[in-house]
Amino acid sequence: MCLGVPGKVISVQGSVAVVDFWGVRRQVSLDIVDEPVAPGDYILNHVGFAIRRIPEEDIGGTLSLYEGLLKEAGADDLMASDVRGEIAGTRRGNG
Amino acid sequence: MAEALPVAPEGARLVASEDARLNATIRQLKFRDPETARKLAGTIARVTKEIGRSPVSVMHVCGSHEQAIAKFGLRATFPKALNVIMGPGCPVCITDMPEVDEGVALARQGLLIASYGDMLKVRGTVQSLNDAQAEGADVAVVYSASQAVELARSTDREVVFFATGFETTAVATAAVIRSDPPKNFSVLSAHKYIPPVMEIVAEMPENRVEGFLAAGHAATITGWGIFEAFAEKHRLPVVVAGFEPLDILAGLARLVELVRDGEPRVVNMFPRCVTKEGNRRAQDELWSVFRPVGGRWRGIAHVPNGNLRLRDEWAHLDARRRFPIDLASLWDYAPPALAADCICGDIMSGIASPSKCKLFGKECVPDTPVGACMVSSEGTCKIWHQYGGHPDLETL
Repeated sequence: MCLGVPGKVISVQGSVAVVDFWGVRRQVSLDIVDEPVAPGDYILNHVGFAIRRIPEEDIGGTLSLYEGLLKEAGADDLMASDVRGEIAGTRRGNG
Repeated sequence: MAEALPVAPEGARLVASEDARLNATIRQLKFRDPETARKLAGTIARVTKEIGRSPVSVMHVCGSHEQAIAKFGLRATFPKALNVIMGPGCPVCITDMPEVDEGVALARQGLLIASYGDMLKVRGTVQSLNDAQAEGADVAVVYSASQAVELARSTDREVVFFATGFETTAVATAAVIRSDPPKNFSVLSAHKYIPPVMEIVAEMPENRVEGFLAAGHAATITGWGIFEAFAEKHRLPVVVAGFEPLDILAGLARLVELVRDGEPRVVNMFPRCVTKEGNRRAQDELWSVFRPVGGRWRGIAHVPNGNLRLRDEWAHLDARRRFPIDLASLWDYAPPALAADCICGDIMSGIASPSKCKLFGKECVPDTPVGACMVSSEGTCKIWHQYGGHPDLETL
């Protein structure tokens, strides 16, 4: 799908980051991200790969779509389930 | 909206009532920022009227855009003259039947096939991967290319990752290919590349598409500059837009302005995510692993440079070159009877909407899909089945 999902970087080890997606922690590959990533940064995740480091000024705007989507949507909502699938698609993080 | 009021009293009443309808619609749709939504919808209506043709057709090529348009009922805010259609934006849907056949044949030959969940339900010429699984073949669902590699590491068996999706997803496949996967791992690539199909669809005489809305997150990787040559060659504007309802309205407002002004250029309305160059590192990974070749997209056409295949240096990871694929044994079956009535191809080309299909919502529903467009969460038919595609204004 086209929709990447934003998450907060908790830790970085080599080319793998542990990223928090609304309380769900997953490992995300940093192999193709456009800029260096550090803990505290937000990244856009697509099928287990960070495709962009989200600039600080854009974090709030980026998160709002997803928060509305996940809060308001029922279990069978296509957009929300794609987002949940995207989060599920990344490997379980350490801690 | 005062600037839109014409001098004639008759017209003034008309515009005022349209304005009232728009306001009511916006209130019902619960926009995060109703005032901005009302202004953008007003701009779209005014500019479409200034174009003075009907219909004015613009196309997007992204399942997530269609989900947002349908989910938030955006079409209820568009003027009747504006036709916003979904083109070939569903990667599951456009995977051609012979490509599914290759996966099914390899599964029936005893290899372990890993693929994204929706791909299991899509029928090839005769069978889906689910059908093959029911007859004893081994098929595993993965959410990512990395999971397919993990699966290969956990077994001695040959694991073939049936890789589908557009360039955004192909980048992930490229990255796992480049990170030294185990010897029992290979890739059956059905990856597709969007820019060439836009050229095909733009030139279909039935469509008369006057502009394109490009998907923001795909452009995060490719950059918006990739559309410049297309815009110039086809004299069509392209606007890159995000996925919030307001992002989409803003993108469409800019797009109809470019149509009205006859300006075939690329405008980036999603700068918080998309740059002109895109993600160079991801592009390097993509093109070091894949090369574009011509091939069919299901129901649409042969698309020159529309398919992504592994380059020669990765031949040892290419399932097509590693294994003989026995397609002939599959084709003894008779093709399914209902598929002849399926108009998925016209829907993906933007020529027809799901409501024109006599199977839609009857024989063809999400639990028992006939066509590929009803299978995927990004397929036009499944999206319209869930949310409705074109809300009836009277009911809002």
